Amino acid sequence: MIKKLLKLDGISKSYPGVIANSNISFDINVGEVHALLGENGAGKSTLVKIIYGLVKPDSGNLLLNGAPFKPGTPSEARKAGIAMVFQHFSLFEALSVAENISLGMDNPPNQKDLGEKITSVSESYGLPLDPAKTVGALSVGERQRVEIIRCLLQNPKLLVMDEPTSVLTPQEVDILFKTLLKLKSEGTSILYISHKLEEIRKLCDTATILRLGKKVDTCTPKNTSTKKLAEMMVGSSIKAPKKLNKPAGRILLKIENVCSLSKSQFGTPLTNIEFDLKQGEILGIGGVAGNGQDELFAVLSGEQISQKGSISFNESNITKFTPNQRREIGLLSAPEERLGHAAAPNMSLIENILITAEQSQDLVSNGFIDWKKSKEFAEKVIKEFDVRTPSSKNTAGSLSGGNLQKFVIGREILQNPTVFIVNQPTWGVDAAAASSIRQALLTLSESGAAILVISQDLDELLEISDRFAALNEGTLSQIKKTADLSFEQIGLMMGGAKDLEARNV
Amino acid sequence: MFKLEKRPQQSQKWIYLSPFLAVVITMISGGILFAILGENPFEAIRIIFWDPLFDPNFASYSRPQLLVKAGPLILIAIGLSFGFKAGVWNIGAEGQYIMGAIFGASLALAFYPMESKLIFPLMIIAGALGGFLWGMIPAFLKAKLNTNEILVSLMLVYVAESILASVSQGLLKNPDGYGFPGSRNLQKYESAANVEIISNSGMHWGVLFAFITVIFSYIVLTRHIQGFNIQLTGEAPRAAKFSGVNPTANIVFCLGISGALAGLAGMFEVAGPSGQITIEFNSGYGFTAIIVAFLGRLHPIGILLSGLLIALTYIGGELAQLMLGLPGASIQLFQGMLLFFLLATDLFANYRVKIGTN
Repeated sequence: MIKKLLKLDGISKSYPGVIANSNISFDINVGEVHALLGENGAGKSTLVKIIYGLVKPDSGNLLLNGAPFKPGTPSEARKAGIAMVFQHFSLFEALSVAENISLGMDNPPNQKDLGEKITSVSESYGLPLDPAKTVGALSVGERQRVEIIRCLLQNPKLLVMDEPTSVLTPQEVDILFKTLLKLKSEGTSILYISHKLEEIRKLCDTATILRLGKKVDTCTPKNTSTKKLAEMMVGSSIKAPKKLNKPAGRILLKIENVCSLSKSQFGTPLTNIEFDLKQGEILGIGGVAGNGQDELFAVLSGEQISQKGSISFNESNITKFTPNQRREIGLLSAPEERLGHAAAPNMSLIENILITAEQSQDLVSNGFIDWKKSKEFAEKVIKEFDVRTPSSKNTAGSLSGGNLQKFVIGREILQNPTVFIVNQPTWGVDAAAASSIRQALLTLSESGAAILVISQDLDELLEISDRFAALNEGTLSQIKKTADLSFEQIGLMMGGAKDLEARNV
Repeated sequence: MFKLEKRPQQSQKWIYLSPFLAVVITMISGGILFAILGENPFEAIRIIFWDPLFDPNFASYSRPQLLVKAGPLILIAIGLSFGFKAGVWNIGAEGQYIMGAIFGASLALAFYPMESKLIFPLMIIAGALGGFLWGMIPAFLKAKLNTNEILVSLMLVYVAESILASVSQGLLKNPDGYGFPGSRNLQKYESAANVEIISNSGMHWGVLFAFITVIFSYIVLTRHIQGFNIQLTGEAPRAAKFSGVNPTANIVFCLGISGALAGLAGMFEVAGPSGQITIEFNSGYGFTAIIVAFLGRLHPIGILLSGLLIALTYIGGELAQLMLGLPGASIQLFQGMLLFFLLATDLFANYRVKIGTN
């Protein structure tokens, strides 16, 4: 007989202008891995926050083991046996693992006992972790382990995991899945939030699919095809971008021996980065976040001047060029952070055009801005990239993530870059927008531009890039043809296997 | 229960409404204050806000005073608004105002008693230069050593005040002044006097400059790339850097223009209404201009209006002192309250109040 652990009955929650959850009901059974599947903005996070006591529902009931359950705060939820690993970690980088864990506990034991406990839990679940290590020195995967062990120390009945694999290498994902399956065999239920269909099919017993705040269906993912799951999640069929195989042309951008210190204390300095970028090709740079992606982008966009090495564009040296000088020769870039870096949230889309398109579109003469031309270009971007907004006068901050990203990418692509550098082109973007952005990148490369895509999304890189390399602790792996690569090889490259290969030789 | 809820987008309506609401609340609280002091609150408010402009006995004297007081406030506040938009916080306009006055007056006194049409234009340049250079000290320190411009510019006010005290008793002291501190009276030196352009209107050259600056600032902020870059830097510093804005040039521009305009205000004051450099020459215009800038929403037209309003509280306050014997500090309290309530009502631009539980 299957026992129900948590029953959700008619949960609704709305925010001003948005219905986050509308009449959602489903059950989580004891010892079950239950997937919560949906696009960004489908209402997954709100639902989970309700379960964890961070948000109160407008209506509907929760039943935990048959009894009404109304957590007012996360600590009440924790007392009832619910633990949660957030997508964004809340760790103090300057403190040790044990100190961080004790900060999150309601009644922390002394550091020595806690250290022993951490070691024993980490060993029994196959999550090696040294309690005395400073968090700042840990990799992202290790930091996630800190969060997981913090939860496991409470002996939870329900473990909630919010997009846990988005920051992990394939090998780390395997380790995590083993841990989760062990927990499941001990009777712990897991609510697993993700939009990655393959992992849900591999790991989860049941899946509840949300779209636009409503429950679409609850199904058994193992018996449902990936395509069907995706269609339920998005609500329509998705067109996969098409890649044409075209031989790459001459070298447009050449990076030699570039080193750059990071501006932030816990950033990653770049060491001896070397690659070249050819006409008509897309070079994908993968790797777990925080391995030097931001630093590499800054060196290429011109926001940071590299301390060593050289960057040449069409065989002329541009190492010391400012962002605007680079734009003038046709080297354009789109940063990862949409709000605050690529765009100014409180400024209109027309004003946001000026951030990068001033020179190429000739928007300023004698220091005076041609607002009419800026508006025309903004409207061209909105039209050609299907940016959903009432008007070009709306602020960048009022757009959804996917629409703003289309605007940011479109703003650069419509300037016809010779070389285009883009960091996380589809991060936090809904599936339909992501697919149209990828298609736009492919179309741009076919027209002869050279594109560098830095991304954490391996599927994306495999789909669009011709060659692939991984960043690991500020160094670049060997560059390989994407077509020849397996997931395992990619994992090794991301984990710094450059050293391994060198040792084997 | 009242609950504050964040708005999805800043309310444009409230941005323009909150200054008016702040003025009304200030009048009400001011009225209560005057009632506690034993005065008729309605009479006190009328004396401050109405009588200076419309009372048949006082208006002929106090109407011109409105422009005399508003001129320097607007001139300084316009300069400050550039920096405040870009997140460069020049709190030391008072010091730049003093240095502008000293530079302008020194130039005039160096030529005394020669008469020439060139002297006044040269004084304008000198006044702007004095304020500009004084503003360059925090700018240089911030650009080179990343010091905090709030502290440095504020501290330099006290340095400027000490210099003022020193020159009024030494270098610039009137040789024919029977040993009293203070310079010669520039109003009595024809080539250097900042005279009224239209007599009995209060409209001297400084007021004209203030109006020109309002128009200039409006054009720069709405049409010019420099104005755009300033606003972009304030809104999103990383996006500004990505856009190719040079942060150092931006700091230098903002502190330079606010320093130069404050210096100009000081020069026009010393050559006009004040007439001479004295120990107590500065009267806090540089600080009050901060209130003017924010009350005017950092918008040129808003600053023009709020400058006139604050000038009115100065004149009305003086009148209230005269008529009702209110303490002089009560008018400063009044201005302080205005800023306080403005900041409080600004909350409604970003939040809305919800009544009821959850």
